[in-house]
Amino acid sequence: MISSKTTFRGYRRENGRVGVRNHVIILPVDDLSNAACEAVANNIKGTLAIPHPYGRLQFGADLELHFRTLIGAGCNPNVAAVVVIGIEDGWTQRVVEGIAKTGKPVTGFGIELHGDHDTIYRASKVAKQYVQWASELRREDCPISELWVSTKCGESDTTSGCGSNPTVGNAFDKLEPLGVTMCFGETTEITGGELIVAERCATPQVRERFMYMFDRYQEVVDRHKTSDLSESQPTKGNIAGGLTTIEEKALGNIQKIGHKCKVIGVLDKAEAPTGSGLWFMDSSSAAAEMVTLVAAAGYVVHFFPTGQGNVIGNPILPVIKLSANPRTCRTMSEHIDLDVSGLLQREKNLDRCGDELLEIMLRTCNGRLTAAEALGHREFVLTRLYESA
Amino acid sequence: MIHFLVHDKKDTVGVVVVENIKAGQDLTGWVMEGDSTVHVKALNDIPIGHKVATQAIKSGDTVIKYGHDIGKAVADMKVGEHCHVHNLKTKRW
Repeated sequence: MISSKTTFRGYRRENGRVGVRNHVIILPVDDLSNAACEAVANNIKGTLAIPHPYGRLQFGADLELHFRTLIGAGCNPNVAAVVVIGIEDGWTQRVVEGIAKTGKPVTGFGIELHGDHDTIYRASKVAKQYVQWASELRREDCPISELWVSTKCGESDTTSGCGSNPTVGNAFDKLEPLGVTMCFGETTEITGGELIVAERCATPQVRERFMYMFDRYQEVVDRHKTSDLSESQPTKGNIAGGLTTIEEKALGNIQKIGHKCKVIGVLDKAEAPTGSGLWFMDSSSAAAEMVTLVAAAGYVVHFFPTGQGNVIGNPILPVIKLSANPRTCRTMSEHIDLDVSGLLQREKNLDRCGDELLEIMLRTCNGRLTAAEALGHREFVLTRLYESA
Repeated sequence: MIHFLVHDKKDTVGVVVVENIKAGQDLTGWVMEGDSTVHVKALNDIPIGHKVATQAIKSGDTVIKYGHDIGKAVADMKVGEHCHVHNLKTKRW
């Protein structure tokens, strides 16, 4: 049983934050730099390239989000050190300086005037130093209150609302009094349950900001929709799993926030929280986008309930999958960290499933690889707000 | 054996939680709120995860699950009938 005395074995970083992984990442600023980053990661074993398709000719709020997401990923305490590579020095240094505020080792390389060969050569030398240094860092006992836990569900079906999402809610209700920092989001996927979330907001100011974010996203849908979104929200997979309307999906989705937790604040995309408790992040409901945003906000472990069997992972944030669908647990067992299908047959109760999730959470924090990590799922997907210039 | 779950006493649909439910089968449902049992006869084959009407629902009625509005019926449903995208639509978007 988890209590305020519970500890986990984490890596304490220079800025005091605690991580549960010890990655040395090779981070491209832009699409053009993916090849060099992957070459460095291939040269230096134990490092991890995080390729992505964006970073050129973005501007305004979309560019700010790009930087916030890359810098946030580098700052995440699951990351020990960072090599940044960009096509040119200016934006590369901006990412380096953002990450350097944590005090962790970070060096940037611009490709222009050097070419890939020279850049890969120089970056590999630094990456080798970093990975050897990081390999000697040791885990230490850290109080549970220093843990940051995020959640988002995917390929949901009706068993998500009956079983796996309420299991996360039960775990969140147990973590909140221990001072854990938590997060949920998926703004469009609250549609139909928005008033329930609004009632859970801790203050009128938080409620007003939540409803502002909710209404803003509804306007985005209204502006661009060509149908009732019933092939995207809910998805084809959701519908195959028995979900019908966005309202039904949303009411199942918000089972993840339990019954007791208050929403203490609202975060913009990839924005770091400033205190313990449950935060709402304005975000897409697409799995890899949302998980990337909470990784950039600094969360170090993630609960991912699934119905039909979403296989997502993230390069730096361990994604713990749970499912209550007995068919998914049977046919996709290699992806599932926790089977809670017993809930649907009254073989287990919610309290027990919540405890089982917390147990697997602690084991994951102590170093156990998740199914997604073991299978090599490293989806790193940047959210875009609009077209490039 | 529980064949379907009902979240809330006010709900008009339940969720099938076992595979291979066939038309004509007698189903046992667990109403989670209040921990009671309910029985219906399936009128259609219903896949796992899909819904079964636990009350007669008229076209235009609001369908209730989790004790809340999940959309409107666009066709009449008898008790035991498969409730899915062919007879239930969103009120949003």
